[in-house]
Amino acid sequence: MKKLLSIVIATIVISTFTNRSNAEEVKDCFEGLNRATFAFNQGLDKIIFKPVAKGYRKLPLPVRTGTSNVLSNLSNLVTIPNNLLQGDLRAAGLNTARLTVNTTIGIFGIFDVAQQMGLAKDYRKEDYGQTLGAWGVDEGCYLVLPILGPSTIRDSVGTIASILGGDPWYNITVKNDTQYFKDSDFYFSKGTDGINFRSKNLEAFDNLETNSMDFYASVRSLYLQDRKQKILNSNKIIDTQDDSDWDDLQSN
Amino acid sequence: MINKSLNFLFFFIFCFQFSNFSIAIEPDVFVQSTVNRASETLSKEISKKEKMIELQELAKDTVDIKGIGLYTLGKHRKEISEEQKKKYAKLFEDYFLKSFSSRLSEYSNPKINVISKDKKNDKYTIVSSVLVATKDRPEVKIEWRIYTKNPEKPLIRDLIIEGLSLARTQKEEFASIIKSNDNNIEALFDSLEKFVKE
Repeated sequence: MKKLLSIVIATIVISTFTNRSNAEEVKDCFEGLNRATFAFNQGLDKIIFKPVAKGYRKLPLPVRTGTSNVLSNLSNLVTIPNNLLQGDLRAAGLNTARLTVNTTIGIFGIFDVAQQMGLAKDYRKEDYGQTLGAWGVDEGCYLVLPILGPSTIRDSVGTIASILGGDPWYNITVKNDTQYFKDSDFYFSKGTDGINFRSKNLEAFDNLETNSMDFYASVRSLYLQDRKQKILNSNKIIDTQDDSDWDDLQSN
Repeated sequence: MINKSLNFLFFFIFCFQFSNFSIAIEPDVFVQSTVNRASETLSKEISKKEKMIELQELAKDTVDIKGIGLYTLGKHRKEISEEQKKKYAKLFEDYFLKSFSSRLSEYSNPKINVISKDKKNDKYTIVSSVLVATKDRPEVKIEWRIYTKNPEKPLIRDLIIEGLSLARTQKEEFASIIKSNDNNIEALFDSLEKFVKE
């Protein structure tokens, strides 16, 4: 708990001193290193993740849906504490009900019974990076992490908070020696989550790469936009971005 | 004489009212009609190259390419010369048409349903739609920023896919290219030329 508190305080301090003079500018303080890591990740993707994702997509639809449901159900373990930290008691209650129903009646989350019952129909994942954002902590510099991909200083601190006790699934698989789960269960679930995400975006990523002159910059832009949306719990870019650049355009 | 004048007056009022009523195109109707036109092209049994040509014609007719080009230049549009602006406008149009048609031609008959519209002001309306799910991908929410300054000729200025703006992504990509080349706008022109020729 002390460690978690120290991290949160450190992030607030770092972000407060980060240059916020121009919200439109992308803060890519480590661009050289980020581009190198991005190239490394792309290499890994071509050799491992993309071929595995293609193979995964050949599995029957019910198998993929079941896997996706189990992973989504597991993510509640991080979402619920973050709902509480953000003061969203209603979402915390609904997600707890969703987790309980799906883990029991839905057989470890394979079947999304809760959705059919109308519980948490529009489920939104939350994490510690989002909570820091919701508390007003600035995103800080953009970072590309090996294997894990795009992040920011704030989101990386969020990831560390999960490992330092914020993720109950990590606690019962890796951190604590329980007789029910092994370390590999955690890593397998995270790996499958990545493959599941990649398989849903095979064409979109190929399309983006083919039509980008600077693929790194496109991915960075999409990641940062996506995080802003998630922090504000909004699907509309028009509510989260400055429209002034559009407003003074007179093209016709 | 009075009768003739009255007839003329009625005829004039009728024409004026009718023209006002008939020529304004509602943004949601415009989006659905554009989507239907694209869908029709994509489902045709013609070569990919022919599809790309038809899609490019559709884009010229329905997208504010000049406006998007200016937007994606960001702060640089106020710093470049008139000559550079002209050069950029031509390059951007070529780039946009190639990129747009190439992205779309990969899809075989996508089904998009328009859901609602939200008028922001006299110049903009956001039209919400969904790309219907297939067995390989979930449903995708797409919002269209429609420029309605001329209600008779609405134009698409941005696509916002699951909350991610394509125009903004493009703008940040261009800014990155310019910044990586000591803020030299010519580097962007070179990249655009290279992309169009490839």
